[in-house]
Amino acid sequence: MKKKQFFRVIEPYLYLLPAMFFFSAFLFWPFLKTIWLSFAMTTPLGAVSSFVGLGNYLSIFTSQAFQNSLFVSFKYAVMTVTCSIVMGFILAIISNEDIKGKNLFRTFYALPMAISAAAASVVFMFIFHSSLGIINKVLGTHIGWLTDPKYALNAVTIVTVWMNIGLNFIFLTAALQSVPLDLYECAAIEGAGFFAKHKHITIPCISPTLFFLLIINVINALQAYAQVKLMTQGGPSGSTNVIVYQIYQEAFMNSRFGMACAESIVLFIILMVLTLIQFRLEKKVTY
Amino acid sequence: MKNKMAKYLLYILNIFFAVIIISPVLYCFNVSMMTMKEVFSGGFWPKQLIPDNYIKALQLAPFFTFIKNSLIVSCTVTFGQIVTGALAAYAFSMMKFRGRNALFLLMLATMMIPSQAIIIANYLIICDLGLKNTYTALILPNVASAFAVFNMRQAFLQLPMEIKEAADIDGCGNFRFFCFIALPLVKPSMGALGIYTFLQSWNHYLWPLLVTDSVNMRTVQIGLGMLQGAESTDFRPVMAGSMIILVPSILAFILGQKQLISGLTSGSVKG
Repeated sequence: MKKKQFFRVIEPYLYLLPAMFFFSAFLFWPFLKTIWLSFAMTTPLGAVSSFVGLGNYLSIFTSQAFQNSLFVSFKYAVMTVTCSIVMGFILAIISNEDIKGKNLFRTFYALPMAISAAAASVVFMFIFHSSLGIINKVLGTHIGWLTDPKYALNAVTIVTVWMNIGLNFIFLTAALQSVPLDLYECAAIEGAGFFAKHKHITIPCISPTLFFLLIINVINALQAYAQVKLMTQGGPSGSTNVIVYQIYQEAFMNSRFGMACAESIVLFIILMVLTLIQFRLEKKVTY
Repeated sequence: MKNKMAKYLLYILNIFFAVIIISPVLYCFNVSMMTMKEVFSGGFWPKQLIPDNYIKALQLAPFFTFIKNSLIVSCTVTFGQIVTGALAAYAFSMMKFRGRNALFLLMLATMMIPSQAIIIANYLIICDLGLKNTYTALILPNVASAFAVFNMRQAFLQLPMEIKEAADIDGCGNFRFFCFIALPLVKPSMGALGIYTFLQSWNHYLWPLLVTDSVNMRTVQIGLGMLQGAESTDFRPVMAGSMIILVPSILAFILGQKQLISGLTSGSVKG
């Protein structure tokens, strides 16, 4: 009898054990290790050789490369997030009307969600190719989209926007469908036009989703890596050196794991602030 | 009259955007079918459907090995996330125990640690364990995710509490209830989560890049990057390679589209 009762008490924890084990081993422990390493100098193999206190943080904040990567990431985030949400919104609106073939259009709009950053990058590398690429052929130009510092970040942004459209479209479509129809009926009676209708009814009604997407998109944009690695390797002259690429370079090209960890902690703090904002928002919503 | 115009405009806009969005994939397919001459002349459509570039891609890089590796990794990760997620979610939604809220908060906290911020420490841990270039290294760090736990918890919470109470009275143990009653009832959510996790894992780039460096352990995404790096002059095999790795994910997406969309959006903000 006693044995049974004991089992009753520990049973719930047994269900949590597998998930908690993996979280501890590959999330909490590496997280603590990242903090710890950010205060240390390491050997090229990643073992601690000496502790330098805040030394790594002081050097990254005076390092031009890191400051540049923060700036590039910020610019990249602003461009990708605005374009992705605006595009997602336009597509959600035009495919939410009463038209034939609606489901087919919706499948097309959501499809980029399934496409990997690696595949998207290599396809767009050819599309942007300076002599053979279709963009230059169509425009009749010879722009080095990936080799000219003026255009490289825009090219990377275009690829990312294309990949992000699917997710934004899906969430905005779901939000549009939850806007009460009688609001639109009232607006129609009042004689509101297409733009007035969406400005005064749709956008206020879906603003929680817009905000949610804003945060999610920024978080994703700040973690971008594959596009940059494949398309531009951070260049030309650092113009696409986003923060995660900078961290990767610091760790695996320069073997400075301590510096890379300090940069990771800075990234973590930025993302944590954004996530906290998002959680506060989600609290208002029924879970 | 005005209404009809508006409708035509809507069709035109929809077709325009659908073409724009789908054209990179279509273009990729077209180039993978072209001859070198056609590539230089810069047309959009190929004149013939030939498998030459696919054969060349398969010769340049062992794509079947990459696909095998990716399938092993993605399927195991998907299975692992569903199991660990469902078990933990069951405890959080159906059981009462001490420290439930604290543990749930701890779980919430894991969402705040982005994978890219701890990837270096994880890499060093895997190296210390001597696991570089193994399936274990590719799989283990992704076996549990907070997203899976939340998603499954969401599904369990929607089940009527009466079933659980009835089962308790009948003396049905928790594990039996979990396996034979609760899990079958949340199958749609498991499906959505499964497809989402599979796509994510299939598309992973940075982690497999770090922990594998031998050719026969590479996954499809890294393999494609390698092919692109090796072939700087001829894009056709690279496009063929892209098509090879795109097909499984596009299929998974189209098959699971409905479930995926409702599963993703149900837990989010109501507009």
